[in-house]
Amino acid sequence: MITLLTTWTFGVTLGFVALGVFVSYRLFAFPDITTDGSFTLGAVVTTVLLVAGHHPLPATLAGAAAGAMAGSCTGMLHALLGIEPLLAGILMTTALASVNLVILGRSNVPLSGVPTVLDRAEAVILPLTQALGFTDSATEAARLLAVLAAAMLAVLILYLFFRTSLGTAMRAGGDTPTMARALGRNTSLLTVAGLAIANALVALSGALVAQVQGFADVQMGIGMVVWGMASVYLGAALVGPVRLGGALLATVAGSITFRLLVAAALRAGLDPDWLKLATAVVVLAALVAPRFLSHRPQASAAR
Amino acid sequence: MLEVSAATVAFTAPGGPIVRAVDGVSFTVPAGAFVVVIGTNGSGKSTLLGSIAGTVRLDSGTIRVAGQDITRWRENQRARYVGRVFQDPRAGTAASLTVLENIAVAAARGRHAGLGWATRRTLRAEASSRLAAIAPGLEMRLDQPIGSLSGGQRQIVSLVMATWHRPDVLLLDEHTAALDPAAADRVVQATARLVRDQKLTALMVTHSLKQAAGLGDRLLLVHRGRIALDIDGAAKRRLSADALAGRFDRLRRADQLDDAAARTLRDNYI
Repeated sequence: MITLLTTWTFGVTLGFVALGVFVSYRLFAFPDITTDGSFTLGAVVTTVLLVAGHHPLPATLAGAAAGAMAGSCTGMLHALLGIEPLLAGILMTTALASVNLVILGRSNVPLSGVPTVLDRAEAVILPLTQALGFTDSATEAARLLAVLAAAMLAVLILYLFFRTSLGTAMRAGGDTPTMARALGRNTSLLTVAGLAIANALVALSGALVAQVQGFADVQMGIGMVVWGMASVYLGAALVGPVRLGGALLATVAGSITFRLLVAAALRAGLDPDWLKLATAVVVLAALVAPRFLSHRPQASAAR
Repeated sequence: MLEVSAATVAFTAPGGPIVRAVDGVSFTVPAGAFVVVIGTNGSGKSTLLGSIAGTVRLDSGTIRVAGQDITRWRENQRARYVGRVFQDPRAGTAASLTVLENIAVAAARGRHAGLGWATRRTLRAEASSRLAAIAPGLEMRLDQPIGSLSGGQRQIVSLVMATWHRPDVLLLDEHTAALDPAAADRVVQATARLVRDQKLTALMVTHSLKQAAGLGDRLLLVHRGRIALDIDGAAKRRLSADALAGRFDRLRRADQLDDAAARTLRDNYI
């Protein structure tokens, strides 16, 4: 039971990465490699602040803010200097590898004995989970509820934001830049803002993961963009074609499902060394499958 | 009112000479005039339109709209004055957004996009009545992704979007070229009606002789980056396909149009 709850907690926490990738990749069609670097960035910034004795909530939000800055740098590399999305992300994530190491001071810092945002939330929610009948696993259940509530809040905020005039303009700019420019929107600025939001979510995830697992590691972000994509695809496959709100919820559900699948595979005897390869294969399958599954030509239906 | 004066756009062909796609073109479109622009592929008419839209930078010359010099303005800044409908419906509308959301982006043209709800009830009512007036039935599809509409329907929504706030100049870049004839007819009718009702100043590039002869109150033929023909007033109203062919021939005889171009023009338009 405890293992299952912990798996869920990880899945939900990584759901923020999936939400970030949803914003960058789905809304802006921007395959943003920065994700790998900003995930670690969020973790190291928050960890350093926690170890220095800061309150966990502002420390966590500072991690997210650092991610927003990294994302807007990538956005500016692309929008202002005209660098290809993939290359802009690679440059940024390479630079971040140094930045992260400098911030953290060494490659791995534990959070033992430091109160985390999850400890704070747990203290509030524990009576509730105990009342709900969780006994041995009341702590884990409380932590899961806390991250779940945070994820739902993020989904709600994202949904509301992307239905505002500004958010709708951002979606239009990501979908069809020619249209957005013809209607007066500065698509460069919108891209920068979109990547800032995306990487804030990714870094928030890193900040939370560090606090869930109890340490930050400079390697922890490797493969996160692919994890995010896998979750986005899996979520889309779970619910089919839906509107914005459904797609956001499905993305979090995709992350949880993917984490559960990974846990099941590990339990069935998959060597953890193969995990990243398996993740990459899932994304590859998701990219290639539509070409073999759809017999109806979608493009000509637009006529 | 649109004033183009001495507009020049030059490209350097790879390893070759400098080509003037637009070569010192000047013309004025008074407020409320509907100008049809024709020309062969590579004649410079698209570059000319792009230089007004802001997608192409002028090397020299100026462009003024409503008295404002917009020559150095970026594409998105020009949206304050200029409304556009693209040739490809997929370029002018965002497929994954609903019809109403697309219209919401258009309703914010030239304004600050803030944190207010994009698809307010008043906007929905207004969109519904405007669509019903121009293409009955479309108002029932406000909440569907615009990508699920046909190309013709998307172009009509594009027209409604470009004219949501009356633009000082409406640019139509072969906006029926990607459609089947029946859909093209419907879009042309919608265009004529919007231009008439809103008394729009419009510039329409077309490859259709029918449209060139039957629409607008002035016709410009662009050839080799220059305006080779400028017909307006009563002459434009009387203009028939045959008469246009005759004008092509006269131009050819006057050596202003080479044989190949004259032939292409006839093939394209007649």
